[in-house]
Amino acid sequence: MSETNYKPTSAFGKWFDERLPLLTLFNGHLMQYPTPKNLNYWWTFGGILTFCLVTQIITGIVLAMHYTAHADLAFSSVEHIMRDVNYGWLIRYIHANGASMFFLAVYIHIFRALFYGSYKSPREVIWILGILIYILMMAAAFMGYVLPWGQMSFWGATVITNLFSAIPLIGESVTQWLWGGYSVDNPTLTRFFSLHYLIPFLILGLVILHIWALHVPGNNNPVGIDLKKDGSDTVPFHPYIVIKDLFALVIFMIVFAGFVFYAPNVLGHSDNYIQADPLVTPAHIVPEWYLLPFYAILRSVPDKLGGVVLMFGAIFILLALPWLDTSKVRSAVFRPIYKQFFWLLVLDVLVLGYVGAMPAEGIYLLISRVATAYYFIHFIIIMPLLGYMEKTKPVPLSIADPIISSGSGNFAAAKKDKILS
Amino acid sequence: MGKFFFASLFFILISTKLFAAGDAAKPIQVDWSFNGFFGKFDRAQLQRGFQVYKEVCASCHSMKYLSYRNLGEKGGPEFSEQEVKAIAASYQIKDGPNEQGEMFERAGLPKDKFKSPYPNEKAARSVNGGAYPPDMSVLVKARAGGSNYIYSVLMGYDEKPPPEMKIEEGVYYNKYMAGNKIRMSKPLNDGSVEYSDGTQATVSQMSKDVTAFLTWAAEPHLEKRKRIGFKTIIYLLIFSILVFLSMKKIWSRVETKM
Repeated sequence: MSETNYKPTSAFGKWFDERLPLLTLFNGHLMQYPTPKNLNYWWTFGGILTFCLVTQIITGIVLAMHYTAHADLAFSSVEHIMRDVNYGWLIRYIHANGASMFFLAVYIHIFRALFYGSYKSPREVIWILGILIYILMMAAAFMGYVLPWGQMSFWGATVITNLFSAIPLIGESVTQWLWGGYSVDNPTLTRFFSLHYLIPFLILGLVILHIWALHVPGNNNPVGIDLKKDGSDTVPFHPYIVIKDLFALVIFMIVFAGFVFYAPNVLGHSDNYIQADPLVTPAHIVPEWYLLPFYAILRSVPDKLGGVVLMFGAIFILLALPWLDTSKVRSAVFRPIYKQFFWLLVLDVLVLGYVGAMPAEGIYLLISRVATAYYFIHFIIIMPLLGYMEKTKPVPLSIADPIISSGSGNFAAAKKDKILS
Repeated sequence: MGKFFFASLFFILISTKLFAAGDAAKPIQVDWSFNGFFGKFDRAQLQRGFQVYKEVCASCHSMKYLSYRNLGEKGGPEFSEQEVKAIAASYQIKDGPNEQGEMFERAGLPKDKFKSPYPNEKAARSVNGGAYPPDMSVLVKARAGGSNYIYSVLMGYDEKPPPEMKIEEGVYYNKYMAGNKIRMSKPLNDGSVEYSDGTQATVSQMSKDVTAFLTWAAEPHLEKRKRIGFKTIIYLLIFSILVFLSMKKIWSRVETKM
């Protein structure tokens, strides 16, 4: 997809590129790479996510220089960062809110893929790599939340690591192995710190594979059809997509800055400013907002093992999505019924997030059960059946010349729908 | 449709925050000087608040992450260098070991951390009937409701408990406390301290002053944060306009029928 006729102009560039064609690689993939010219702003979140990852790595490296991974010292070392390290408060607030921004962006990115069918052939591997990145992100975020060693750190870690004790026969040994002892304690903290430092670099590696796999078939697009071979449907990545991604990124940074500078603690839990105390259990143990839907699924099942299986199932089922969706049409723009179910899924996940923050009792428990059931029904029953039963709208033959195979006026509707609202 | 979903997302985000123990009254909303985009502390208020902390709270509550030097730093109470030295020197700090290997007491210096009232948590509990007065360094951030909540608890002692409520020995009714029960007796009464600047030391005034001080203690770089934040956002807004115009110009070369 990104063959290039690029030749470096400088003598050193030529000398170097003949020995290691890095310049050719960058030119092909970051400049000439042909991109559909009809991409909308929902496609800018890939670039935004790259920015988030790099921001987390840079701020994280600086924080690690001042942080002490020890049960007795972690909390006070965070206060040291907030008070005495030059701009330590800024670096920490960027890192803590950056995690939330990272998840906000990744959820938009995932739902964009769901709406436009970006996970379908020939892009299954891109999708699977993306889900693996998402799983690693959750692991990194969870372990990062433990590091300040506040009350939610400690009790969140206790709840989540205890899930593994639900595994039959070996559960208890596995949990003790994870803890490095008989409860969440200093050995747990030090290993979480080590892994929290490792995982972002694994994510970085997967991101490179994700982009590599993307650049084989090229981007999907809002119309969801294959591009014409002559290149009339595409623009070079630079400057067209670069400038558009940059514009979206700057808008995203304004929201990000709003949180960092004016509401830096609104996304966290106030209990995490109380040092961890194994003898005092908080009234309500809740994870960070981005993990709440899965927490709701976990608690919706009365059986511990069942809850754990469903929670992990809710994530892993996404890996099978390219094969669960049987529709030949990619974009929901041309799938009137799927579109309704798509928004229902969005609502379902938001409802799960909401009940995840509420106590698991009474009406909340009932709602979480219904929402959990819909989540699985959506993927296991609706997606496969809809491919056979749904009557899709006529799809244009090309994104440049929207000649519709039959009927008329549909493309105008498609254009409106592209904006997603 | 999209708007509706973002509205619900926003609702979910804030509702997780608002979710606190059910039976306490909603905190009193105070129009703090440090609220808002240009929020700043009132120096005189922070100095008065420090006086309340020092003369009342500090007899039970530690503030172990602050140093005396912080009292003179920019964005805080901004006591003068001499005042900070005098405040520090009024405490006896344990230091050592010296050349003979012995611990000794000396007058405090600006670099020292605030001296804690008790040597350890057990000592604090034994004196306070089993309750542990929490460290006040980050107390404002450690309570849902923040400054408004702290102020409200200080103001929440005056009402009588409902008749069906049983109040045990050593426990006090408080309208705003989670569970409506608190182990701290009413800490402030009119005239508990005498302000040198002539301000009337009413319970409400002292509660506001000490809450402002505790807010600064929990977030000593608040003023700088808001100042940098404003500049950053203005910069990004201007930058976004420039990028937007560049984008329009670049894309005008492409025919998009879309």
